[in-house]
Amino acid sequence: MYGNDFGVSESLLDQVDEAERALVAAAQRRTGAGDTTDQGGSASSGVDLQAYFDAVIGADQKIEPRDWMPDSYRKTLIRQIAQHAHSEIIGMQPEGNWITRAPSLKRKAILLAKVQDEAGHGLYLYAAAETLGISRDELVQMLLDGRQKYSSIFNYPTLTWADIGAIGWLVDGAAIVNQVPLCRCSYGPYARAMIRICKEESFHQRQGYEILHTLAHGTPEQKAMAQDAVNRWWYPSLAMFGPPDVASTHSEQSMAWGIKRFSNDDLRQRFVDMCVGQAEVLTLTLPDEALRWNEERGHHDYTQPDYDELMRVIKGDGPCNRQRTAHRRRAQSEGAWVREAAAAYAAKAQARATQDEQTPEDAVAGVST
Amino acid sequence: MTADVADIAAFALRVGDDALIAAQRLGEWSARAPEMEEDIALSNIALDQLGVARMMLTYVGELASGDEDSLAFRRDDREFRNCLLVELPNAGPAATSGAEGDFGITMAKLLFLSTFQRLLHDGMVASTDEQLSAVAAKARKESAYHVDHASQWTVRLGDGTDESHRRMQAAVDDIWPYTHELFAVDDLSVRLDQAGVAPAPETIRPTWLDLVDAVLAEATLVRPADGWAPEGGRCGRHTEHLSYLLAEMQVLHRAHPGAQW
Ligand SMILES: [Fe+2]
Ligand SMILES: [Fe+2]
Repeated sequence: MYGNDFGVSESLLDQVDEAERALVAAAQRRTGAGDTTDQGGSASSGVDLQAYFDAVIGADQKIEPRDWMPDSYRKTLIRQIAQHAHSEIIGMQPEGNWITRAPSLKRKAILLAKVQDEAGHGLYLYAAAETLGISRDELVQMLLDGRQKYSSIFNYPTLTWADIGAIGWLVDGAAIVNQVPLCRCSYGPYARAMIRICKEESFHQRQGYEILHTLAHGTPEQKAMAQDAVNRWWYPSLAMFGPPDVASTHSEQSMAWGIKRFSNDDLRQRFVDMCVGQAEVLTLTLPDEALRWNEERGHHDYTQPDYDELMRVIKGDGPCNRQRTAHRRRAQSEGAWVREAAAAYAAKAQARATQDEQTPEDAVAGVST
Repeated sequence: MTADVADIAAFALRVGDDALIAAQRLGEWSARAPEMEEDIALSNIALDQLGVARMMLTYVGELASGDEDSLAFRRDDREFRNCLLVELPNAGPAATSGAEGDFGITMAKLLFLSTFQRLLHDGMVASTDEQLSAVAAKARKESAYHVDHASQWTVRLGDGTDESHRRMQAAVDDIWPYTHELFAVDDLSVRLDQAGVAPAPETIRPTWLDLVDAVLAEATLVRPADGWAPEGGRCGRHTEHLSYLLAEMQVLHRAHPGAQW
């Protein structure tokens, strides 16, 4: 429908497929080789385990939940996967904000399905984090207590319908650019979750793009709405790639561990290059007068987002931080009676099933199970 | 006796409006459900209801005038033909606008509505109207899932904790009066039955009662006595709640007359 303007995103999707094939191949190569649980106590020396871990990482193979891993690797992964899961769950709010007001029944259906996908992403990711020995309940509690973060992009408000388009195009777009390399992450469960998620995110990006395309080619009011949304979401989307490389604290170790594959600035550049052509087809302007092609670098020059603003939003002073957290806490507390009832019912059903298993003779003989 | 086109359109509008308003209320739960899994399930059910609404309203447009969007977004509350039950707020019939949703109320509404829809769709499969029959053949499978979901929750909440039992019984008591309208007879329902377009609503009630009774019994809940039976939805006399629901649903569409989305 939109010709070649999605070419760059298509090539990202090809990379997801490639990562999936590599994952299967790696799993086949590994069969039987070096499974630490199979080695029982013989490989218990810390040096051997560390050497084995290093060898797996060095060979670009996958670490699996049963494998030994350094504590700091485990902690880094838990932090990153949990933050990612929380982002999916909190991200449901700004988009869910327009479900009841979507301007056509078709758009309402697409948006309902999209927000539902995000809940599903949250669940896959919590499940991936659980393979590292922490429970979803603990992680959710850390989100509610503010001990773990979610992507700061969701602390911006969705003021108009066009924001739903801008989030799909820019925010899901940036998420894909960020996440495609994670499909090759050294931790198997995370890599597999990312492959599945990236495929769905690419639908989201396309749908957002389609919303903006329709608005930009609609009435003057609709076009203005679309431009306003792009103006507001452009820089926060650039900030999604994190602080500039010189200031990034976690990057180096994550690179060495094969969790991270490209620097924040490289990914940000890739995103900018991808958006420029798409914005032209949309007939919308990216709000950056310095944006231009640099022949020498083979990339677009662009204005950096305001990293001071990013830090303020991360620290809790974005437009919607308080609202998003309060909303999640309220959903949690309002639903407590329902979860308690489900647990109580399950316990009763379990007790009844155990009772039924006893034969009448057992009961007469007073044999307890 | 063959059915009048206007009668078929009027019936499709009732079925479509029930599904549309039910979907709108379920959509309000997004990112608010008691469990993340439930967020996904409620969205699924909302999407199914919305799907039926779109097929029905499109059919109404073909038979009469308009399309799914003009029918959904440009009618006033007096022109809607949904039953009152679906428009009741998620917080309950006596709630003020914007009050936090009550999951027990939503499950009671869903149990009563989807059991009715399942039986209606079962009957509509044999409709002399091919289009209605085709929609029903697809929708009955979805309704069966909705009934199953609502039944399971009704049982869990009814037979869960003391508090959940109390709340689920209160929800059933609050919603019960609004179930009578589902089975109300009027001139249109009589003509539709005679023409073989749709089953007579009053004939659905005995089976509906059997099914609902079984769920309530398993949930250790008491079926409320029949008494007050508010109605009016089928001829456009609604509760005060519908106008607020439509104000929210229609605000953007109405602000841009003639625009495409
Ligand atoms: Fe997502
Ligand atoms: Fe997404």
